[in-house]
Amino acid sequence: MREINEMLQNKVKELLDNGTVDRVIGWEAGDFCYDMAPAMFTKDNVDELLYNGFCGANQSKYLISESQKEGKVLTLLKPCDTYSFNQLLKEHRFDREKVYALGIPCAGMLDVEKMKELGITGILGISEEGDTIKVKTLYGEKECKKADVLLERCKVCKGNEHKAYDELLIPAEEAPEVPGGADRFDLVEKLEAMSEAERFDFWRGELSKCIRCNACRNVCPACSCRTCVFDNANSGVAAKANVDSFEENMFHIIRAFHVAGRCTDCGECSRVCPQQIPLHLLNRKFIKDIDEFYGEFQAGEDLETAGPLTAYTQEDCEPGIVMEKGGGM
Amino acid sequence: MLKLALEKANDLFAAIAAEETLYLPIEKSGQIDFYPYETDAKVRLDALHTVKSAKDLFFPQSENLMEFKMQGKTIEIKEPKRAEEDYVIFGVKACDARSFAILDRVFLSDPVDTYYQSRREHGVVVALACSRPEETCFCNVFGIDATEPEGDVVTWIEDGILYWEAKTEKGEALTTKVAALMEESDGAGVESQKTQVQAIMEKLPLRGLDLTRFKKDELMNIFNDQAWEQLSDHCLGCGTCTFVCPTCQCYDIRDYDTGNGIQRYRCWDSCMYRDFTMMAHGNNRKSQVERFRQRFMHKLVYYPNNNEGIFSCVGCGRCVSKCPISMNIAKVIKTLGVKAHE
Amino acid sequence: MQVNEMNAVNTEEKEFAPLIVAFCCNWCSYAGADLAGSSRLSYPANVKIIRVPCSCRVNPLFILRAFQRGADGVILCGCHPGDCHYSTGNYYARRRMTLLFSMLDYLGIERGRTRVEWVSAAEGAKFSETMNSFAETIHKLGPNRKLRDLRCER
Repeated sequence: MREINEMLQNKVKELLDNGTVDRVIGWEAGDFCYDMAPAMFTKDNVDELLYNGFCGANQSKYLISESQKEGKVLTLLKPCDTYSFNQLLKEHRFDREKVYALGIPCAGMLDVEKMKELGITGILGISEEGDTIKVKTLYGEKECKKADVLLERCKVCKGNEHKAYDELLIPAEEAPEVPGGADRFDLVEKLEAMSEAERFDFWRGELSKCIRCNACRNVCPACSCRTCVFDNANSGVAAKANVDSFEENMFHIIRAFHVAGRCTDCGECSRVCPQQIPLHLLNRKFIKDIDEFYGEFQAGEDLETAGPLTAYTQEDCEPGIVMEKGGGM
Repeated sequence: MLKLALEKANDLFAAIAAEETLYLPIEKSGQIDFYPYETDAKVRLDALHTVKSAKDLFFPQSENLMEFKMQGKTIEIKEPKRAEEDYVIFGVKACDARSFAILDRVFLSDPVDTYYQSRREHGVVVALACSRPEETCFCNVFGIDATEPEGDVVTWIEDGILYWEAKTEKGEALTTKVAALMEESDGAGVESQKTQVQAIMEKLPLRGLDLTRFKKDELMNIFNDQAWEQLSDHCLGCGTCTFVCPTCQCYDIRDYDTGNGIQRYRCWDSCMYRDFTMMAHGNNRKSQVERFRQRFMHKLVYYPNNNEGIFSCVGCGRCVSKCPISMNIAKVIKTLGVKAHE
Repeated sequence: MQVNEMNAVNTEEKEFAPLIVAFCCNWCSYAGADLAGSSRLSYPANVKIIRVPCSCRVNPLFILRAFQRGADGVILCGCHPGDCHYSTGNYYARRRMTLLFSMLDYLGIERGRTRVEWVSAAEGAKFSETMNSFAETIHKLGPNRKLRDLRCER
């Protein structure tokens, strides 16, 4: 990773120096070894740009505001970020002319919350040694397996191929191997197989934790409405708190529905949820249904294919299919 | 001081819960928050924090202020009852415990908020000393002793034993009810734990935050500081930091048309939201940098200016660990505080 | 439009008279309901019809809001596929509702509480039959408990 960081810094400096771009959205170190924060770099501070195993955040959404500013911006895209990049582009949400996309390699990103769940707390330093993560804490040295502390999205990695870029940091054939291999629909299927009452209890338990902070919405690259229906006082559904459990359900059904067919399954919603609600399971349900009912579709894979909810065929299944195909009773 | 073997803690909880509602950190669907005690509840006293702070028990995320029923030309107004029965909050850490004093200055100063006041009067706080601070903690920056929290009763857990000490009249009253379950102790375990935890506190990465610049005469300089732009640049404008914060106290009041009357309720609001303090003419903070600045100016400058220099942050570290973009009050203090020395 | 009382629901089972919201497309099912009425075909009085310009005007929020406001069942009626007044509206509505209903099922909401039927302006009898059978289904399911808003309870 250190090697790649150096290559990246050199490449970014080169692009800034030769005038290809005026600024860069990247990551800088935070207070701790794991809390990498999004930051803007120019020639003056580019030395602080850092890329390591905690750069999981999907920064594509920043392109909407960045491309409205003067000059050209450099965005660093991991393979999975390119799907959101494409999707935003397809929806004309940013000006491609003002963005230069550099594809950067990724070998899986780490999730500090998962480390904390394993009881590793008081984290002071983290180092990667092959498949093992060594952690220095206030309470001594700890160790865990990298595979156990990967971000959810990395466990079901879409692959190491960049779907959009102006330039690749390292040639595609040299891209590192990615983790993954898990089936992203595993949990969805498990839920579908449960009884109706079990499913209801599961989701009530999860959604009742919601504090309505809107982080899932605000971070989502697909949620790009200027004014959200839930912020619009005239919509009749605007609310700042879930006063009734109905509002928990409504908010999350509608949030997921509004991005159905456009969600690239980047997993940001679940990553940022302060209550760790598995919101990606709502999105994946829509993805799975779309695949089954209307044919395989991956949002953001290309710029041409029509989205499943903005297309139709005369032979589409009837809504009554849910009565036959739905989950357990 | 009294003591009780930790494995008998459930008896203690059951005894308290038999008389009044007992709230304590309970794990539900993988997350820990304050919930009422039930026999099969997964009590998690080992956790550093609940996700939402304990302020929820005095100032809930949403509550009804009144109801209107319309019938023909008459309007009937119903006011909900204020808290009338005592309840106990067990397991409040030093940071959260200090936050009550900060909230009191807002809600109990004239005009007194009677909804909050009644809960404060009836709520008994059983604090729990920290035994395992984490890297996100910085309560010591605000002069809080994690090993000696404020509360009606203070407890410590050390080596499988729960130590219990009443500190106020309310605490004494609760102690009388449950004293039979416990035995006298000299509290030796407590002293050794305090020394250990204090040593850890000295190693915390955020312990050295410098607050000297945040004074009245610096108000305009801090307000006009160029750094706000860069600090707030990537803020998503979500409400996470404000909703997990133990001292954030802003709320919105709204009317909800139920179809058979109106419910007037209040709910937590976030200064990070675009429609925060929205008025007929629009909003007075139009950009995220203004909204972001408001939050931290309030905590670090405005509140202390009006409250004898007391900061409205307790260093619990929730915003530090929960912010989606890793921006937090510690970074703000670091960035703006530095300039004092320039 | 004439609406007959459905005795079975209203008198015998006083404790539960299901409230049903029917979103009806202006160009077909709404006229179908009219025809049912003028042909003296009965359907339950507690079916509340909301006229929409096209079935695809109905977005998922409409369905959820109906439940919030006290509906026990929600049905969407539009033109038969291929017959949309705006040529393709009902095709989009079909996909949307399929996904929404599947999501509601996934969340553990009884799957019988929502339905889509295509009813043309000439199908007064089908309209009446559809409403009667839907009301019966909802009656069997009982009151909507899982997707209600307690504030709106009367």
